[in-house]
Amino acid sequence: MSEQAELNQQLILGGQQDENQYLTFMMAGEEYGMDILAVQEIRGWEDATVIPNAPTFVKGAINLRGTIVPIVDLRLRFGIDSVAYSPLTVVIVVSVEIKEQHKVMGLVVDAVSDVYSISEETAKDVPDFQDSDNAQYVHGLVNVGEKMVVLLNLAKVLDLSANYMHHG
Amino acid sequence: MSIDLSQFFEVFFEESFEGLDAMEAELLNLEPGTEDSETINTIFRAAHSIKGGSGTFGFTSVSDFTHVLETLLDQIRDGQRQLTAEHVNLLLKSVDCLRALLSALQAEQTPDLSDANDLRHKFEVILGMSESTENQDAQASLPVESESTFQIDFKPHPHLFKTGNEPLYMIGELAELGELETTVFYDAIPDFENLSPDECFLSWRFFLTTARTESAIKEIFEWVEDDAHIEITVCGGLFEHEAENESSSPPVEGGQSTGLSSSSVSAPKAIPTKKAETKKPAEQSTTSIRVGIDKVDSLINMVGELVITQAMLSQIGEQEITETTITSLQEGLAQLAHNTRDLQENVMRIRMLPISFVFSRFPRLVRDISQKLNKQVELKLVGEQTELDKTVMEKISDPMVHLVRNSLDHGLETPEERVAAGKDPVGIVTLNAFHQGGNIVIEIMDDGQGLNTQRIKEKAITNGLVQPEDELSADEINELIFMPGFSTADEVSDISGRGVGMDVVRRNIQALNGSVEVSSAPGVGSTFTIRLPLTLAILDGQLVKVAQHTYIIPLISIVESLQIDITKVSRVGKDLDVLRLRDEYIPILRLYDIFTHKGAIEELDKTLLVVVESDNHKVGLLVDDLLAQQQVVIKSLEANYQKVDGISGATILGDGRVSLIIDISGLIKLSGLKRPGSQELLVEAKVIEVA
Repeated sequence: MSEQAELNQQLILGGQQDENQYLTFMMAGEEYGMDILAVQEIRGWEDATVIPNAPTFVKGAINLRGTIVPIVDLRLRFGIDSVAYSPLTVVIVVSVEIKEQHKVMGLVVDAVSDVYSISEETAKDVPDFQDSDNAQYVHGLVNVGEKMVVLLNLAKVLDLSANYMHHG
Repeated sequence: MSIDLSQFFEVFFEESFEGLDAMEAELLNLEPGTEDSETINTIFRAAHSIKGGSGTFGFTSVSDFTHVLETLLDQIRDGQRQLTAEHVNLLLKSVDCLRALLSALQAEQTPDLSDANDLRHKFEVILGMSESTENQDAQASLPVESESTFQIDFKPHPHLFKTGNEPLYMIGELAELGELETTVFYDAIPDFENLSPDECFLSWRFFLTTARTESAIKEIFEWVEDDAHIEITVCGGLFEHEAENESSSPPVEGGQSTGLSSSSVSAPKAIPTKKAETKKPAEQSTTSIRVGIDKVDSLINMVGELVITQAMLSQIGEQEITETTITSLQEGLAQLAHNTRDLQENVMRIRMLPISFVFSRFPRLVRDISQKLNKQVELKLVGEQTELDKTVMEKISDPMVHLVRNSLDHGLETPEERVAAGKDPVGIVTLNAFHQGGNIVIEIMDDGQGLNTQRIKEKAITNGLVQPEDELSADEINELIFMPGFSTADEVSDISGRGVGMDVVRRNIQALNGSVEVSSAPGVGSTFTIRLPLTLAILDGQLVKVAQHTYIIPLISIVESLQIDITKVSRVGKDLDVLRLRDEYIPILRLYDIFTHKGAIEELDKTLLVVVESDNHKVGLLVDDLLAQQQVVIKSLEANYQKVDGISGATILGDGRVSLIIDISGLIKLSGLKRPGSQELLVEAKVIEVA
């Protein structure tokens, strides 16, 4: 998380410095959370222009009020089976700092769920599953009531340069 | 000081840089002995306003430095001093130095003062400092390694105050020279009833540790010489530790109190350096441009028209739809289209600046390099008023510098060689700029020896770029200098040729959607021709359909579009089709294949071929269909994504969809037709011709 984002949080939350707000969304029955300050807007799915030779999880680029924004399918990014897009498919547009560059990207998820205030302390470290590629994308795990929410490290999830691969 | 001066910093920096440019240009016109007062005046004025401005904003390092410069110029102006070539050189160096200082300040960094101190010292030597006719108001000393301690006895005569002198000021000035230790003697003060308030009864003894010379101290007391008893003796040598203290808190940082975001000056270590670094280039690239008032006025007029058209259209919108309203709606829309186009053209014109902004740096460059190389060079600038987009201009400057350096270093001969070849000993380098179609053409011509084709070929053979048995025309050989890996390493000099060669120049120019070519004749000279689009923001594009996708091919690179006659297609190697087109062989690149799209038409006779040219290579791009031609606004795909091979950018079509713009040379590379060391495929096509 960028310093700026943290600073903003402190300003917004005032005294409760340790509490961060997370937007959660559903994907394949699991609930994932992302720092709400990274979220720029939430839109419905629209056809994207295919980018040639892009990794499969990059669905293409859309025009967001004059800016070209790439769309990443989070299911495919995590290696989960994809589902057909419907008018209800949601794109969360986030703006993140990746390697000191500011990028705006869209994430395709099944549905947006809720907003939670989560204290940094209650977030549990990721269990040691180093073998999994996806471990690096996880910032922490947290229990909200009965449910478990996976908090994502967006900067890692959206750093496409790391494992750039062509699809066939 | 309640006004926040920092809001004027940008203006100050801009004006200062302009002032420096003016100084540089005038200095280059100066020939010692023939100087006219107007030129000197111009230089003086520029220096003076920089000094004034920097003083106002608290950039004492700049104002102090400019002060000595100004003193020298003032003396030259008044005829007290003859201008010499050494002066001009020093002044030119100071221009560079000031530029560096100002850039550092602009980036909110602590400027490196070592150059400034060196130069300043040289100026002071020239001036002899004590000769200075001005009331010295030099406020700060710049830290220099060696320091000495002076004992100064200052015993003013009682009438000192009546001459309008105030010892406190002098002490203040002394304190600014270095570390000052003061003892005051007040035993001369008479009894109260005898005390006259306008007489001075105090005397002082100072110990001043400073890097400055005795004359600097004398200068302070210059005005009171006759009104006081002054004795200056040196009583100490080098004080290493004090020198250290001194440099850690040089008085030149006084700037921090007056605005300059104090965090960066006073505590540079407190800021994470990473952040400062990433921030800097962004700030530098957001400089402003100056726009003529006429351009702004015409924009305002156009916006006015646009508002009227909009009002008209909304009026129509409120009416009932009848045939007449539809006709007037169409008229209104046509007018809107017209307004938009005008507005667009004029907005683009705002970014257009005359190329003289780039050209103006060359006189200096040519002067410096020709001195270093002992060559006599005359620089001719033609077409300086040719306008060019600011972004293009910024990016073309470095490649041009490289080409000009090359011309001076490799192109032009030494005066002796020139005389031997029956030429004028003074070589001529010409920079010429003009518009041609939608492009700007910049030519860099020299009348030197031309490219040495023999040596280039040998070099290329040693580097494995061509085979010894290859038959190459002179033009083809000249082309080789643009190949990556072609380096004239045996002639590395600090002028040109550090292995970073012409391929970088070509790549940089291609990144601007431009091209560079060379033509050369032995003994007559060589000409580099750069062709660039006028603007980077808008491109004339041909929309093409590949499978269900729409791509844009820059119109400038399209040679022709045609239906394929399959009888003229032959297969070369594993999977490359080549079309015989008149007397050329055109490799066919299947776009759907390169971009891995499914569902495109694969039969050659049912598709269309768009023949494009890049780097003097023609290739045919296989597309399903040709769509409209239109101007497109170029948007960055990289900004939020990453570089995509074969794609130069994106745009938004009329229906709001994103469409990608094809980068022809990138595409050729991607197709594998021209991988490093793979001239073969293209060469192969030539072989068939012979067979």
